Amino acid sequence: MNGVLLQTARVPGLLSAAGQHQGHGGGPVIPDYGTPSRCVAADGTFCPDWFASHWRVLFWPALLQHIELTVIAVVAGFLIAVAAAVLAHFQGWFAAPCSAVSSFLYTVPPLALFQLLVPVSGFSVLTVELALVAYSLYLLFTTILTGLREVPEDAVRAARGMGLTRRQILFKVELPLALPSLVSGLRVATVMTVATVAIAAYVIDAGLGSLILKALQSPFNTQFIGAGALAVALALAADGLLVLAGRLLTPWARSRRAA
Amino acid sequence: MSQRTHEAEQIVFDRVVKTYPGSTAPAVDELTLTVPAGEVCVLLGPSGSGKTTALMMVNRLIEPTGGDIRIGDRSIRDLDPIRLRRSIGYVIQQTGLFPHLTIAGNIATVPKVLGWDKKRTKERVDELLELVGLPPGEYAKRYPAQLSGGQRQRVGIARALAADPPVMLMDEPFGALDPITRERVQDEFLALHERLRKTVIFVSHDIDEAVRMGDRIAIFREGGRLAQYAAPRELLKKPADDFVARFVGADRGLKRLSLMRLGDLDLAPADGAGSADRGGAVPELPAAATLRSALSLMVAEGVDAVRVTGDAGGAAGEAGAADAEPPVLGLASLDAVRKAGSA
Repeated sequence: MNGVLLQTARVPGLLSAAGQHQGHGGGPVIPDYGTPSRCVAADGTFCPDWFASHWRVLFWPALLQHIELTVIAVVAGFLIAVAAAVLAHFQGWFAAPCSAVSSFLYTVPPLALFQLLVPVSGFSVLTVELALVAYSLYLLFTTILTGLREVPEDAVRAARGMGLTRRQILFKVELPLALPSLVSGLRVATVMTVATVAIAAYVIDAGLGSLILKALQSPFNTQFIGAGALAVALALAADGLLVLAGRLLTPWARSRRAA
Repeated sequence: MSQRTHEAEQIVFDRVVKTYPGSTAPAVDELTLTVPAGEVCVLLGPSGSGKTTALMMVNRLIEPTGGDIRIGDRSIRDLDPIRLRRSIGYVIQQTGLFPHLTIAGNIATVPKVLGWDKKRTKERVDELLELVGLPPGEYAKRYPAQLSGGQRQRVGIARALAADPPVMLMDEPFGALDPITRERVQDEFLALHERLRKTVIFVSHDIDEAVRMGDRIAIFREGGRLAQYAAPRELLKKPADDFVARFVGADRGLKRLSLMRLGDLDLAPADGAGSADRGGAVPELPAAATLRSALSLMVAEGVDAVRVTGDAGGAAGEAGAADAEPPVLGLASLDAVRKAGSA
């Protein structure tokens, strides 16, 4: 574990944050960091001015990295889970091993998974993504397979009876009807991944987790609180977007009305 | 392209056997029957009698283990199952409509997989919606969940008719409807059938429905054996055995009367047609009423004859009927009804 933790010893953000050196005239051996605001000087719990002035250099890039890591993991996990679920749906025997492997991966704590992967793929984005994908598979696989299995039997029978091929039934009937399940699986997996990406700071210096990890070692709390709040906001926003996308994709599901 | 209206074709079951894997007893045992082109054949029987299995073998949703089924002069074994199914209309209980597609999208399913262009598909969808009495402007863009059960069933029928198949398979299509809606949809389907004359195989477990809908009825018994295959009147008059007699019910005489109309009787002349000298004691019924309702009326009113009336005036509108005095065609006596019922 130490090897991993060492990675994060550099604390660039905080140096500029505390601004403990004020430039007097004379030989500027130490750069001039400017005068701290009253809030910063008083070591306030959360200093909006500091948050705002560090938005572009600190928070925004970390947020983008966080989003990028999340999107890659969720998309990759989703594609793998859909493929596995479709296979399990077509060939029943495939479901049990898929479920066993993905649930095993799900039970391994993310930190341990990172640690296990570092010797293989190093302190890299790949390590982080592998762990995130492995972690998301179980939820995605389970919800997608359930969605496929809960497609009304008479719709599938009607589709067969009308002469749709197996592939046409999958793409025109089963997957569209499993969409609500797909979306709910994606929502849980996305929110979970946003949270787990924060732990990835132990492996790579990226994302909001990295800001949090560095700030934990300092008494100055604005960076820690700001990054944490952003992670929460990101999770909520992603969830909201998925709900919205789900509604747009399934107009039939909310058009029920007493007939 | 090719002509729009496909000729109905006869369907022949030739010693068809289906034994499911892991079972020794056949689900359908040596079924042999011919459904003439353009007729409605009802497969009737208790559950587990193999009627649905027999139906699903026609479009090869279930493969027969023995014998042969021919549509027209072609064996279904020689046809690709996918192409075969696309040329057969298929309606099931609860309709099997796709909840995620609009009504138009549902009806367009087979035209789309057949590769029709958009214009032709849309024209066909509109035509079919008109045909089943759902104005396209109002219904085409709705989803199945927004329709009533009866409307959904009509959409199910329209969808099955989309590619104008010569043959239709209907698996208890009206089973989930309430009795009143069911009767209405049955009537609508019969009127539609009158125009389109498809060959229809219709699975039911309801003898009344079978009598109403079928040109012929095939009664199945447990073990997938055909107990009797006959026209409804014949079946009700001469059940082949105890099983059939029990299945059609002790009131089969009444059921038979419901197949005959007053207008078909030889009516006795009505003395002083429409006169009031009998004090209105003789109730009236239109010629289109069934013998069963005539008998029922006689029993209820304690009389032994009903006056049979024709259409009111020339206008055949229901609304106008109240005003014009309908002409009296004659008198139907209890005796005449009884004789007709046992003829």
